[in-house]
This record gives sequence, C-alpha cells and structure tokens, in this order.
Amino acid sequence: MRGFGKWGIWIYSGMAFVFLLIPIVYTIVFSFNDYRRTNIIWTGFTFDNWLNVCDAQDVCQSFGNSLFIGLVATVLATTLGTMIAIALVRYRFRFRNATTLLIFLPMATPEVVLGAGLAAQFLQAGVSKGLWTIILAHTLFCLSFVIVTVRARVASLDPALEEAGRDLYGNPFQVFWRVTFPMLLPGIVAAALLSFALSFDDFIITNFNRGAEVTFPSYVYTAAARGIPAEANVIASAVFFLAIALVLIAQVSAAARRRQLAKAG
Amino acid sequence: MTNNDVSQGGFAEAGADLELVGISKRFPGFTAIEELDLTIPAGSFFALLGPSGCGKTTTLRLIAGLEEPTTGRILIGGRDVTATKAYQRPVNTVFQSYALFPNMTIMENVAFGLKRRGIKNADSLAHEALQLVELDHLAGRKPKQLSGGQQQRVALARAVVNRPALLLLDEPLGALDLKLRRQMQVELKDIQSEVGLTFLHVTHDQEEAMTMADTVAVMNKGRIEQMGAPQDLYELPQTAFVAKFLGQSNLFTGDVVTTAKSSIVVDAHGTRIEVPTDRAQRHNGRITVGVRPEKVTLHDSAPKADSSRNVIGPGRITDVSFSGVSTQYEVTVPHHGAISVFAQNTSISSLHHDGDQVWLSWSVGHTFGLADEAEGEPVSRFHADLDTSMIAVQSRKDLEAELEEA
Repeated sequence: MRGFGKWGIWIYSGMAFVFLLIPIVYTIVFSFNDYRRTNIIWTGFTFDNWLNVCDAQDVCQSFGNSLFIGLVATVLATTLGTMIAIALVRYRFRFRNATTLLIFLPMATPEVVLGAGLAAQFLQAGVSKGLWTIILAHTLFCLSFVIVTVRARVASLDPALEEAGRDLYGNPFQVFWRVTFPMLLPGIVAAALLSFALSFDDFIITNFNRGAEVTFPSYVYTAAARGIPAEANVIASAVFFLAIALVLIAQVSAAARRRQLAKAG
Repeated sequence: MTNNDVSQGGFAEAGADLELVGISKRFPGFTAIEELDLTIPAGSFFALLGPSGCGKTTTLRLIAGLEEPTTGRILIGGRDVTATKAYQRPVNTVFQSYALFPNMTIMENVAFGLKRRGIKNADSLAHEALQLVELDHLAGRKPKQLSGGQQQRVALARAVVNRPALLLLDEPLGALDLKLRRQMQVELKDIQSEVGLTFLHVTHDQEEAMTMADTVAVMNKGRIEQMGAPQDLYELPQTAFVAKFLGQSNLFTGDVVTTAKSSIVVDAHGTRIEVPTDRAQRHNGRITVGVRPEKVTLHDSAPKADSSRNVIGPGRITDVSFSGVSTQYEVTVPHHGAISVFAQNTSISSLHHDGDQVWLSWSVGHTFGLADEAEGEPVSRFHADLDTSMIAVQSRKDLEAELEEA
C-alpha cells in the first residue's frame, strides 16, 4: 500500500503533465515537418515552414486579421472599460446597481447565445459582416472583463492621493494623468492583456459575425477538415514561445526590481 | 531661501490672513459645522483642537477646497476664494496619511506642486526644501523605502516648498511614536518661524496644541467653544467642555448665594465656594465653578479659616498614584464625588496615604466660573458623531459590500 502511494503520485502527476503537454509538443514538432499534402505523418525535418510561413494560402492573412482585431478591440475595450470602472466606483447615480448587473451579463451568457444574438442584430440593422462587426463583438465581451479587473484597482486607490494632487496645484486633467492613471496602470495592463488573449482566441462569437473574413482560429478550424498546413503550426508555436518569453521577462524584471528595492532600503 | 527665489512664480511673500465668515457644512444626515466665524492672523501658528467628530477636519478640508461649504465665505489674504477649486488656492496641506505619490521618487513628490505651476528652477527649490527637513540624501528613493517619520518630513517639504499663504496640517504627527512626535513638534515649530508662513494645525492632542500653537481654538460639535492663547485657555476655561478636554478640572455646581463687587459665592451642597467676579462667566442662578488639580492643597486637619481660600472637607483619599515629580490623589468627599489633586513631590514627609482623612483648599483667585453646567463626562458627548474621514471609510465599506453582492 505504501509502495503504491509512493509511486502513485509520480505516475499520476507524470500522466497529467504528459496529457497537458503532448498537444503543444506535437504542434511544435510538426511545425518542422517536411510535409507534402497533409501534415499528419512525419516525413522529415526542415526549416522551410518557419522560413516561408506565408507560403501557405491564407495563414498569414488570417493571422494578420486576428492581430488587427485583437489590438483594436483591446484598445477600445480597455479605454471604455477603464472609464466605466472609475464611474462605477466614484460616482453615485441612479441605476448604478442595475448597470453593474448588466456589465456582468456578457460574462455569464453562453458564447453561442451572444454570437447568434449579435449576428441577428447585425442582420436586422442591415450591417454587412466583416472585420468591424468582429471588432464590435469582441469589444463587447472584453469590456466586462476590463471593468471587473480595473474596478478592483480603483476601489483600492487611496482618495487622499488625488486630493494631494489637487492640493498641489494639479488641475483635474493633470491629476488624472500624473496620479490616478499611473496608480491604475497595473490593473489596466492586466485588463488589456486579458482582452487581447480573449479576442485572439475567440472562435464561437467570431464565427457568427465574421462574414467572409477569416481569423486565425476560424482558419485552423476550416483547415482541419482537409489537413492543417505546417505553417499554421509555425504560427501557433511562435505565439506560444512569445507568451512564454513575455512571462519570463516579467518574472525576471520583477525579481530585479525587488533586489534593487531591498538593496536601496 | 532668498527673496529672489520667493518673488519668482507667484510665491506668497509671507503668510496671509485667513477669514472664515458664517461657514456651515451639512452632509446628508448630519451637520459637521454649525456656524463658524474665525480669523487667523498672518504668520501665526494656529491650532484647531477637538475630539474626533467635532468638525475640525471638515473645517480644514473646506479651507483647502476639498469640500464646499453649505453657507459662508472663505477669504485668504482678503481675497474671496470660496468659489475657487483646490488647485487654484494658495494653500497646501500636510495630510494625515501623508498621501505621498507612491509611483514617484521623493524628489518628484516634492517638485510636484512647483512643476504644476510651471516654476523654472523647481528642482533646485525642491532640493532646498529637502535640505530643510534633512532628507536631501534620500531624494532618489520611493516613499515606501522611507520610515514613517521620514515620510512625514517629505510630506511637510512637499507642502512648504510651494510657499503657500497658508499651510494646513491635518494631525500630521498622529501616526508617529511619542519620541518622534516630540522631535517633530520642535522641528515643525522651527520651520514655521524660519519660513514665516501661517500654519493651521488640526489635532485632538491637547498637549501638542498647547506646546506648539500661539493661539488655540477648542472645537466641539461643529462650533468653537473657546479661543485664545494656550495659557489663557488653561487658566480660565469658559465652558465645561474646555475645562475637561484641555487638561483636568474639578467642577462643582451650586446656586449663587452672595454677590459682592469683587467676588460671588456659590453654595455647592453646603460648601461655600468663592469665585472672583471677573473670572466667572455668569453671576447669578445655578452655576458651575471649578479648579485645576495642581492648584489644590491637601491638609491633614481642618485648615484655619482664611477668606482668601476655598475649603472642602473632610474627605478620604481613595487612590494614590506616584509618578516621580508629582503624585496624583483621588479624594472622595461626600456630595462632591471624586476630586483630583496633583501635588509636587517637594518633600518626602508630606506624602499622604490611601484611606487618610484630608481637607482640601485652594486660593479663591484660582477658581473659575463656567458659562454652562457640567453634565456628565464630556467624552460621552461625541461618541455618536462621525468625522468626515469616518464617513469616507463608511461609504467605502458600503461600496465594497455592494461590489461583493454583485
């Protein structure tokens, strides 16, 4: 029994890691596959896919679309969401609680419902679907996440700091940009990263509202039917490496800052 | 700093008079300030003293422009600033929590006000201000890396560097330990005489107010009870609140039985207490008179009749606490309750013991007569009130509860 317990934890956690990592490792390995028609059987190692990513039809186009949509939706959702978050914490107005509830609604609504509902609205309003309908849809659902993230930060802000700013001859504009905004920045950055990740990943809502435009997730979905080209693996791997690199940089710089603080203090 | 520096960029040449005319401030549900008229002359160190909830912090925030008065006018150096915003007023505040900007260095904090006003040599002026509080060597640090006392000095430098017509201090020493407090009190006083600004200091610490200020105003329940030099307030309190809040007092209530030209006599439960007419606020009916504990002398036997002294007794000592330089006795006298006596320990033999029967006497000239009647302990009077920062805390808690529900 003891022997099993000792080995069991290793086998269990080992299997968990294997299951988690196999798809990622598979994606990375097959981005180097010298494939002919389908990228399912290993036929040999090559750098060609990495060097000529944009050779495969639509891969780069769809990736570019996803980047553009992600960036625009992030900027819109973060700007609007920050303003709404400040208003919800700082001001008392009628229907404030109702507004709060409405803001949570998109987070709780199934994506299929949200996507289909939006598609019906666009049809009704006679808006032709394209990049901008996707951006609109993404801004909508990212907004909730931004508000929730930034609002926590606003609520923890000491009001005396802004009062000190006003007392020290800062007009409302200066106080916001020099005192309030820098204090909210960590929350705003977190909200923006979350927004971009959500937008870049989204398939369901996008699929309802994309019209003829192709985003990276929808490209991969369509391509899966006839075999995903290795170039898609290249982009997926690159995004993965980029994310890992960003996390590492953040960790290392935070550690360096802590060391510096400890030394100075 | 030289006059040349001061003349640039619209610094105040010296402190300015502050005038509050008919100020009142009502918040939803309660009145913070009822009716306040106050003039603080230029260059003075003025203390607003009172318990929490008396409206002193609200008064400060009104002057700073962080709140708007419900009625009344605020004048600084004769100019009406009631309608101006906080950033337009020649006033700076040292906040209770210091409120240093955590994302900026000490240097950037101190230069903040100067830069907002576009003053050219902001950096060199900021360095001078930091030298004044002896923290120039830490200019590159962030506030979090400084101790409480250092942060307090930075907050002071950040306000003083602007040479405001009026400097507001909102219990800035409250968060410091006793030793640091004493040190900062001396430093504050030095800086005030050095730069010659008008200081308005808000505090609930009566000792701090008395040691630092030229003029003290005692505030209670949204109005000023009494105002004057610390010594005058202490020796001749006019209300029961002032008598109890500023130091300790023994109070006796009774009817006026004799009125002469120079003095009146009150009969308090059969004891005759004489008060000089000019030291009594009221001269007939039922009045409250009092005496400070250190003015009272203890006697082992009934003292000889002396028209210049008031005598109470006999009573019994119920508590003795020895504190080195002096001893505090509690004497319980029938009908009069507990009376405090402070005795200097000038001779070893004169020590009295718990349970001893004693008589008390004090000079008629040390007696004071109040304008109102003593009613219970003054402490119980302000429990129900809230000050503005507590309201802010409360509304924040409501909000957080609301957020959690959502």
